[in-house]
Amino acid sequence: MRHLLSTKDVSREEAIAILDIAEDMAGVADREVKKLPTLRGKTVVNLFFEDSTRTRVSFEVAAKRLSADVINFSAKGSSVSKGESLKDTAQTLAAMGADAVVIRHPASGAPKVLADSGWIDAGIVNAGDGTHEHPTQALLDAFTIRRRLHGAGARGKDLAGVTVTIVGDILHSRVARSNIWLLTTLGATVSLVAPATLLPVSTDGWPVSVSYDLDAAIDAGPDVVMMLRIQAERMNAAFFPNAREYSRQWGLDDERAARLPAASIVMHPGPMNRGLEISAHAADSPQSTVLEQVANGVSIRMAVLYHLLSSGVSE
Amino acid sequence: MPARSVLQQADIARALTRISHEILESNRGSDDLVLLGIPTRGVLLANRLGALLPGVPVGALDVTMYRDDLSKNPTRVPSPTDIPSGGIDGRTVVLVDDVLYSGRTIRAALDALSDLGRPRAVRLAVLVDRGHRELPIRADFVGKNLPSSSEERINVRLAEIDDSEEVTIL
Amino acid sequence: MSIRIRGAQRPDGTTTDLYVENGVFVGEISTGSIRHEIDADGLIALPGLVDLHTHLREPGFEQSETVLTGSRAAAIGGFTAVFAMANTMPVQDTAGVVEQVQSLGDRHGYVTVRPIGAVTAGLAGEKLSEIGAMAQSRAQVRVFSDDGHCVSDALLMRRALEYVKTFGGVVAQHAQEPRLTIGAQMNEGALSSELGLAGWPAVAEESIIARDVLLAEHVGARLHVCHVSTAGSVDVIRWAKARGIKVTAEVTPHHLLLTEELARGYDSRYKVNPPLRRDEDVLALRAALADGTIDIVATDPAPHPVEAKDCAWDEAANGMVGLESALSVVHASVVQSGQLSWADVARVLSGTPAEIGLLAGYDAPFGLGSPAHFTLYDPNATRRFATSDLRGKGLNSPYLGRELPGRVIATVHHGHATVLDGELVDAAVVSTEHSAAREALNG
Repeated sequence: MRHLLSTKDVSREEAIAILDIAEDMAGVADREVKKLPTLRGKTVVNLFFEDSTRTRVSFEVAAKRLSADVINFSAKGSSVSKGESLKDTAQTLAAMGADAVVIRHPASGAPKVLADSGWIDAGIVNAGDGTHEHPTQALLDAFTIRRRLHGAGARGKDLAGVTVTIVGDILHSRVARSNIWLLTTLGATVSLVAPATLLPVSTDGWPVSVSYDLDAAIDAGPDVVMMLRIQAERMNAAFFPNAREYSRQWGLDDERAARLPAASIVMHPGPMNRGLEISAHAADSPQSTVLEQVANGVSIRMAVLYHLLSSGVSE
Repeated sequence: MPARSVLQQADIARALTRISHEILESNRGSDDLVLLGIPTRGVLLANRLGALLPGVPVGALDVTMYRDDLSKNPTRVPSPTDIPSGGIDGRTVVLVDDVLYSGRTIRAALDALSDLGRPRAVRLAVLVDRGHRELPIRADFVGKNLPSSSEERINVRLAEIDDSEEVTIL
Repeated sequence: MSIRIRGAQRPDGTTTDLYVENGVFVGEISTGSIRHEIDADGLIALPGLVDLHTHLREPGFEQSETVLTGSRAAAIGGFTAVFAMANTMPVQDTAGVVEQVQSLGDRHGYVTVRPIGAVTAGLAGEKLSEIGAMAQSRAQVRVFSDDGHCVSDALLMRRALEYVKTFGGVVAQHAQEPRLTIGAQMNEGALSSELGLAGWPAVAEESIIARDVLLAEHVGARLHVCHVSTAGSVDVIRWAKARGIKVTAEVTPHHLLLTEELARGYDSRYKVNPPLRRDEDVLALRAALADGTIDIVATDPAPHPVEAKDCAWDEAANGMVGLESALSVVHASVVQSGQLSWADVARVLSGTPAEIGLLAGYDAPFGLGSPAHFTLYDPNATRRFATSDLRGKGLNSPYLGRELPGRVIATVHHGHATVLDGELVDAAVVSTEHSAAREALNG
């Protein structure tokens, strides 16, 4: 795998391979020496055009656990003049000898433009591009679901038969899109719940079912409920009247959480708006996987970096 | 040219029995021994030795992440590493593998072990030693010495996962 | 200056010799030596193409294009006249600026440049610009447009239609409801959702056209709709024409050939306003051009410097160049399919745009005494379109690497050649010959 730009392009075999490698990586966190020498001498650059401490730190820890050198490059895309930021930055990184670039950018498609441009000869990992995709998030979500489902016997397994309901601002969510493609590839059934204003006007050809009614979705007893953050920073007005109404209609409050089957899990990519899309109680319950998702993020990102940088055979 | 069989099922069984005796002799008993097989077939052989050495814990040590030749091959998916509950600190670890060749796999295994703890001693048991060492590594317990040319291929098949039980040279 | 063209096939199918002398078509060459002898065997002679929608970028954006480079791009595409949109800097909203642009065109001489006047001062959409002054200036502006921006305020559009009618002109509307297209990047649909690019819904174009045709009907004014891009817009225009509303419409070559699928790789060469749409829209636009619902083809070329496109999609400028490729793309999209004949091509790329823009000299093409504006096109050539086929400053063509049919072999403007043997005539020569032609016209 030369780049990881989207989960739409990841096959079932590749996905399972990454999840399996992450199983081993998870073990490293429990050892005394929390390091593997595998990527020693490789340079990984975190190229973040959008603020994100959590994801950037997660990639940094992952790279360092594999003994790679890490450079953090933070460029606020909006303040740099149009067009020069991405190309000039990429050429500078190429001159510095980056082996992999982890890029988060506010423009959908920027990682693909970077990968196709010829400005830099490095493996590109998409850490979130606009409203398009966030593949490592989906991979860690799939990993979390698989582990909760199969425990120690998760290696080699997919998510066949698992029902997943994603709730929230689907329209602007790259996490939702990446999860839709990946979870479906792994055999899960995905449904979406949101007000019509927060759903794309057309989901023709998307392998999902769509509903506006969260209560009905909860009563159907899904194995996984994935709550999305309501992102104030991306919204213009008039998607819904106010936070109170949103929360009442589409929030996972205590009452709805209690109606979920005991074996169901509640997920959230974070950061959470406690009390808005998810109640504090639901966020902290044993059914919640929020903290595991963070830990699993490091393992998955180690697996992805290993996958991109350990192979010398071009595909 | 057809493959030539150098070890049959009975030969393999005898070799393992002899190795188990040698391990006990060299260790003066079975105290503080740990067998760690190197995936894939090293693990199967370690399990068989473990059956012959009651009370000795058996585990697996995957060395993929410590290899020095990762960038020359397509991505390898590692196998699980399973260290028995007693750990390896202060114990004598016997690494078990099917074929000893360049020695690089064992070098990686030594690096992996040093990240996991501090054994008192590390020994190496292999079913076949085919020579051509590239590093100063030697086996303590050998099933069969099989001098070979580097053009020849040595194939180890074990009943647990292959459809026969033999060692061939081609 | 005289030119003899042997064996050209005219749009009506007849093959004939053509003679040009002193800037007009004549029955035979009367005196002197023949300046250019052109063997047009196998070539189609079309009346000089007229682009009702061009961006020449000068004054103000000379790094993207100038009147000279834009005129040269037009000439190699077979054009002899272009209408230059008003979004320059300063904006073409006063007599002074439009006269300046026109005289630059005349000085260079490759094409007749007719400046378009802005509808609103500074294109700000707040108050009317000096429409009367522009109409009565030497530039004799008759087409007014805020293209690049929509005249979205309904009251202002009504006033514009009425006021422009006072001077015998027409308002050309860029139909895009701004409130529905904030931050829009590509056609809104399943693909835009998948790619995570903000959508530009078809209804934002259709709703403005629907409103404007009714306004035009109410005040009895002419309306021209720029770059129609959706099947729904075609339906609205067809309905309006059936009611007798005086609306005309244009379509770009790229909207006749390309679809939104090209956005998949996030290559911003395909980012344009209005955006590339679906297959169904392309087919509806072709059928509309064939049945006359859409009256003309206009190229709307948008040259940009390299760095404006060498970036992520969101950050890239909108637009594609298209003067050099227009005829080939029309050939590939609607002539090869049999929907338009060469006579139709002459109509949609020359006669009708001249009529809408009130440009004289194109109503009797090839007629004796008519101004000699024409182009010779080889329909049997094919070429792999490349940057070497471009003549303007902009390299942002969506056709690079694509096989396109046909090639312009010669273009003649006011009886002097601007393109010969498939290549532009030198600028100094064109400029001199054009002044001579204009003197002959005036004197």
